[in-house]
Amino acid sequence: MAGERTVTLKIKRRESASAKSRWEEFRLPYRSYLNVIICLQEIQKDPRTSDGKKTTPVIWDCNCLEEVCGACTMIINGKVRQACSALVDELGDSITLEPMTKFPFLRDLMVDRARLFESLKRVHAWIPFDGKNAAGPGPRIAPEQQQKDYVLATCFSCGCCLEACPQVNGHSDFMGAMPVNQAKLFNDHPLGKPDARKRRRSLLGRDGIENCGNAQNCAKVCPKCIPLVDSITSMNGQITRDLFGILFK
Amino acid sequence: MAQNKVLVIGGGLAGLMATIKLAEAGIPVDLFSLVPCKRSHSVCAQGGINASVNTKGEGDSPQIHFEETLLGGDFLANQPMVLEMCQNAPGFIYMLDRMGVQFNRTPEGMIDFRLFGGTRFHRTAFAGSTTGQQMLYALDEQVRRYEVEGLVTRYEGWEFLSAVIDERGICRGITARELSSLEARVFRGDAIIMATGGCGMIYGRSTNSMISTGAAAASLYRQGVWYANGEFMQIHPTAISGEDKNRLISEAVRGEGGRLWTYKDGQRWYFLEEWYPKYKNLVPRDIASRAIFKVVRELGLGVDGKDVVYLDISHVDRKTLEEKLGGILEIYEKFMNEDPSKVPMRVFPSLHYSMGGLYIDSGHMTNVPGILAAGECDYQYHGANRLGANSLLSCLQGGLGAARTAGQYVNGLDRTSKDLGSGCFDEQLRKDIARQDEIFRMHGKENPYQLWQELGEVMTANVTVVRYNKNLEATERKLLELIERSKNINVVDASRVANQTAVFAGQFFQMLDLARVITLGALARNESRGAHYKPDFPERDDANWLKTTVARYTPERPEFSYEAVDTSLLKPKERKY
Repeated sequence: MAGERTVTLKIKRRESASAKSRWEEFRLPYRSYLNVIICLQEIQKDPRTSDGKKTTPVIWDCNCLEEVCGACTMIINGKVRQACSALVDELGDSITLEPMTKFPFLRDLMVDRARLFESLKRVHAWIPFDGKNAAGPGPRIAPEQQQKDYVLATCFSCGCCLEACPQVNGHSDFMGAMPVNQAKLFNDHPLGKPDARKRRRSLLGRDGIENCGNAQNCAKVCPKCIPLVDSITSMNGQITRDLFGILFK
Repeated sequence: MAQNKVLVIGGGLAGLMATIKLAEAGIPVDLFSLVPCKRSHSVCAQGGINASVNTKGEGDSPQIHFEETLLGGDFLANQPMVLEMCQNAPGFIYMLDRMGVQFNRTPEGMIDFRLFGGTRFHRTAFAGSTTGQQMLYALDEQVRRYEVEGLVTRYEGWEFLSAVIDERGICRGITARELSSLEARVFRGDAIIMATGGCGMIYGRSTNSMISTGAAAASLYRQGVWYANGEFMQIHPTAISGEDKNRLISEAVRGEGGRLWTYKDGQRWYFLEEWYPKYKNLVPRDIASRAIFKVVRELGLGVDGKDVVYLDISHVDRKTLEEKLGGILEIYEKFMNEDPSKVPMRVFPSLHYSMGGLYIDSGHMTNVPGILAAGECDYQYHGANRLGANSLLSCLQGGLGAARTAGQYVNGLDRTSKDLGSGCFDEQLRKDIARQDEIFRMHGKENPYQLWQELGEVMTANVTVVRYNKNLEATERKLLELIERSKNINVVDASRVANQTAVFAGQFFQMLDLARVITLGALARNESRGAHYKPDFPERDDANWLKTTVARYTPERPEFSYEAVDTSLLKPKERKY
């Protein structure tokens, strides 16, 4: 209907990793509180481009829709973020959607972020917990410490920090900020300390922390405002102390 | 001797807990999840987990927790299992503490506890306002450790299709398909633990995540597993209504002092405080939701005449808000673009949780040997209405209970899934592949997502807070219409690469099955109990209805029978707050 306010979505479509990409444009009537997920769901109900051509529903990842699961991460108007919390009122009436580029491609806006979870294995992102013995509560932790570590623990493996990092690219194996932050989180915890050295060692090597170029994009794009640069600096400091320990033994 | 294996379906809290307990006992596990485990719906649990640790010296105890849980559930829960859960709760908190969960702390560094609904004791441990997420991560980390040790194999991005049941009626494994390729295959296993969560998606918009369709439970229901208390669906009183989903605003907000109000005669009216002077804003969820419905629908006092009441936390100091409710307020601010520390939040009840689920015995075994269930997809622990912060607890208790029984069961089998020929496995796989191919051949007129919207609308209108038999009958007619129309779906997308429409269509058929279990179960139960409220039958009727509803699948309609509730520990009394 002419004159009515609409929202235009330009979406990068690609049927599989071996297919070529193309752009498709969709138009929807505007209303308040629209987010990118609602727009994509509208397209599902009637998959038709703005020039009326029938097409397939757009494929994308999502689950919780309240920015706690990390699934619906994509590039929206050039910026990597979650689709559920990307409100049309703040994006403007013309929106482009693209898949993340630093992960193996699956289809349309969907990529495979398994490497994030693999990297958690590498850095021993866990407490060496013994569940066979009912050992009572853990050690006391000062509320100030808990408030700091809680922020680190809210990382939901969305992959924004890798996407934004210039050092994560086809020519480098850099693991990115996310696992480094996890190493810091568990090294901070009194019960994580027995593995602290192992975690530090896991950050060395070709894909390790020394690849960080200090661009600091990771902290800028983190949707949970995790101080990722501080985590990297802290782990670098721990590793340096290890090296001095070896030198002056 | 090859060690018998257990398959765990679902990587949320209950599934991960079961996996850890099995791995601790040295039993290998294959773990299946639709999404990477860290993205499971458990992340949405905000407020906390109950345990009567009584660190504040209020005189709380597991016995009181037990009694309040029963009262909250209007005495429909089987009591011995609830007692065990409440007794185990403090131990679970300590376990999580030692796994590194970032619980909020008292000034002395001990775990802090807050208030929640249905109690006047500080019983709820919490990690900011993302307790479920933090617990899920801790359990996921431990499972990852066992993965590295080789005891656990993860299949993330896989969908459960069917159980494989042999000619003796014993479960011997599953079929599942990889969502990125739609390739289906058989997994042999000596027991399977279903931990596949709730079914809120049946209502279209709810507080649930997109994967909470109930499809896996519905698939087993068709295969002969019983489904219990389906009609008991919890409506959470405070959520932000949205077009894509209703976003939960945790009961923790009221636990930390939040007040519900609307305008009456130009004045702020704190209706819960007036009606329930003892518990005030912390009455159980079913009662709070009914009160809001009364205010909005009967008295016509919704804010601006809309389906809205105010939830106000703006009088609480900023430090408390940031430390204890940060994540929740952030959600409100992100999605509504208003700061709840300054203006009251606009909320309305939303479908939230399924008290009902797969029928299990006291050891978490369903009626089919070898199939167990735990977490929201089972029906125990919460009776007719769940108390806030008991869901995370029941996930841990369920995971523990199911793992314990599964361990004993697989070690006692006379022959294992590996000893069997391929007959029953091949047959089930053939059926499931044929069904998938059938969906791909559907080129009719109906769009599955539009049908789903219609399903959600009718269920939300008629099978939530207030239920009338005439509307339930109309709902059944609508469901039959949707079943007919769903045969005429167009799948649109022919690709096998990550084809979400084809997968959703399959899940939609299964949602329809469960929708009938819920609706017809509600129609049959002529009383009011917990979340199930019929104005035409306003009283609880223990003489006729102190019974568990058990639904069995038949091609025509669900067949219901009723089973006595185990009330051996506490005599049911009047539910008053």
